[in-house]
Amino acid sequence: MNTRPSALIAEDEPLLAQALQRELQALWPALHLAATAGDGLSAVQLALQHRPDVLFFDIRMPGQNGLDAAAELAEEWPAESAFPLLVFVTAYDQYAIQAFEAQAVDYVLKPVRADRLAQTVKRLQNRLQQRTTPNATDLDPVLSQLRSLLQAPTMATPAATPLHMLQASVGNQLRMVPVSEVLRLEAADKYVRVFTMDGTEVLLRTPLKELMQRLDSQVFWQIHRAGVVRATCIESVTRDETGRLYLRLKGQSDLLKVSRLYAYLFKAM
Amino acid sequence: MTPDRLLVWLPADQRKTLLQRLLIVWAVALPVAVATWINHSGDGLPHRFDVSLVYSYAISTFIWLFTDAARFMFKGVLRAQAPFYWPPALRAGLMLLVGIPLGYVLGTLVGDAYAGWSTWDLWRLNTNRFIGMLLSTIAISAAYVAYFYQRGKAEALASQVTQSQLMLLQSQLEPHMLFNTLAHVRALIGQDTARALAMLDHLDDYLRTTLQASRQPLHPLADEFSRLGDYLSLMAIRMGPRLVFELDLPPTLATVQVPSFILQPLVENAIRHGLEPVVAGGRIELQASTDGAQLVLTVLDNGCGISELALADAVKAWPLPLASDPASESWGLSHVRQRLHTLYGERGSMRISAVATGGTCVVMTLPLTTPV
Repeated sequence: MNTRPSALIAEDEPLLAQALQRELQALWPALHLAATAGDGLSAVQLALQHRPDVLFFDIRMPGQNGLDAAAELAEEWPAESAFPLLVFVTAYDQYAIQAFEAQAVDYVLKPVRADRLAQTVKRLQNRLQQRTTPNATDLDPVLSQLRSLLQAPTMATPAATPLHMLQASVGNQLRMVPVSEVLRLEAADKYVRVFTMDGTEVLLRTPLKELMQRLDSQVFWQIHRAGVVRATCIESVTRDETGRLYLRLKGQSDLLKVSRLYAYLFKAM
Repeated sequence: MTPDRLLVWLPADQRKTLLQRLLIVWAVALPVAVATWINHSGDGLPHRFDVSLVYSYAISTFIWLFTDAARFMFKGVLRAQAPFYWPPALRAGLMLLVGIPLGYVLGTLVGDAYAGWSTWDLWRLNTNRFIGMLLSTIAISAAYVAYFYQRGKAEALASQVTQSQLMLLQSQLEPHMLFNTLAHVRALIGQDTARALAMLDHLDDYLRTTLQASRQPLHPLADEFSRLGDYLSLMAIRMGPRLVFELDLPPTLATVQVPSFILQPLVENAIRHGLEPVVAGGRIELQASTDGAQLVLTVLDNGCGISELALADAVKAWPLPLASDPASESWGLSHVRQRLHTLYGERGSMRISAVATGGTCVVMTLPLTTPV
């Protein structure tokens, strides 16, 4: 590397961000801290802006959690530069830690201990050195890691009783939508827009992630962070000149974007 | 057939205790045999000790089979349920009314076959003696039933109490909160010793009272509020300006007894699921008030609001299937609901609603009087 390596810390608790920064400075004086983010949304924006070499992402953050932030970043990351090395930081999260171990993803535990952080730093330094061609970016391994992390149970579902009816309150009435009539779902912040096969649309005040835990993932395919479709209703998949995949559902005219993370579903493309 | 297939009717956790009861029954059958043998010396009937032994063991084993083992064999019909497996009063009464005489008759037939005479002849020969034997059999059976009933109930209760204590501890000593607090103390030690100490003190108070409260089912509302104050102060050091909280406890309600840490899971939910996801953070309000003879406790937050899915789960009829993960929102809610129900029955309730302007409101109502 001819320039100093840079890092971004995403941590919502300012004291802990400072502590991590101090420890890093002591262990890796050459590392330049490009930015610190206090939530999962600005973490993505700042990372895109500064394009650091290393990311330290806290798991529990406001806005969106560390895993979702990493997935969004992988989605938006420009093709010409290498994707940063990821290190997750967590106080305690048994499911996430199991997933990190399984996927060989770097993580450190809070309180961050100097000896443990030193190991991580050494590994990061080695990996940065191995990056002979700094602009060769193969996102595939990162994408498959992130996909596995996102699909790992971060929260055991309460006996995961499958849903058959969706209940959405519209004004002072309750709209009942059978799950069997749902064509696709679209996330909007903490809401989900539900599109049914007969063309109606209802707004459900439930995060998409929570809803997906109760739906059959064989029937409903996630194609994007914010999009889920009924697999049997997919008519065609097309690839545009930039390599992006788009879906068209039966009887629908609009195209739905497939994210990099879920492009593997359509391997033949 | 393997022993396991022969024993499908018997829940695995009940095998040991059922065998224990049979062994107790058999241990008592020996002195009973000795007593009847000695008693027989006075009457004109031929008496041999082995005959008394066969009668005693045959009768007691049959009665055990029809009153104890039957509870598990016919648990469907009898509506005997875990963890105690005692049928409701009417069915239990019927079971005993049929089981004891049936066991007595079958056991006596076995004894008669061994001895080569008929006990039923005794009815004609010596009516008083026959009735005496019958009554003593019933008395011994009744003593057994009463003893085993009490013992089983005490054991079931003890395990229930232990389990709820464990769950309470698990919910209060949430590992994420503990390790995060430690991380803060570690970060503060070199930088701001006074704040590090203040944080340690809050943690110390919090841990101490949590451990105390897990052993004592009720405590004054003032204690409840002050522990929640410790918890919220810890969270406020961590979240900084993202957390604002307000506790409102009228002095007249300070000494009212409430279930220990009953509000804790609600406050935790408000932070974890209400405020933490919001970048700007928010505000939590805790209020105590009265409505007639009812105590009303309110936990209000202006966070991101409970989802329609979670709300639909929360309003479903009690008992809810208990969520397995302490980190999920419904875990805390279902345990609070269960504790209220155990302590107050229909007189305790909890209502969860989404606030129109964003946020969640939980209102808990319980009697002002102490539960017995």
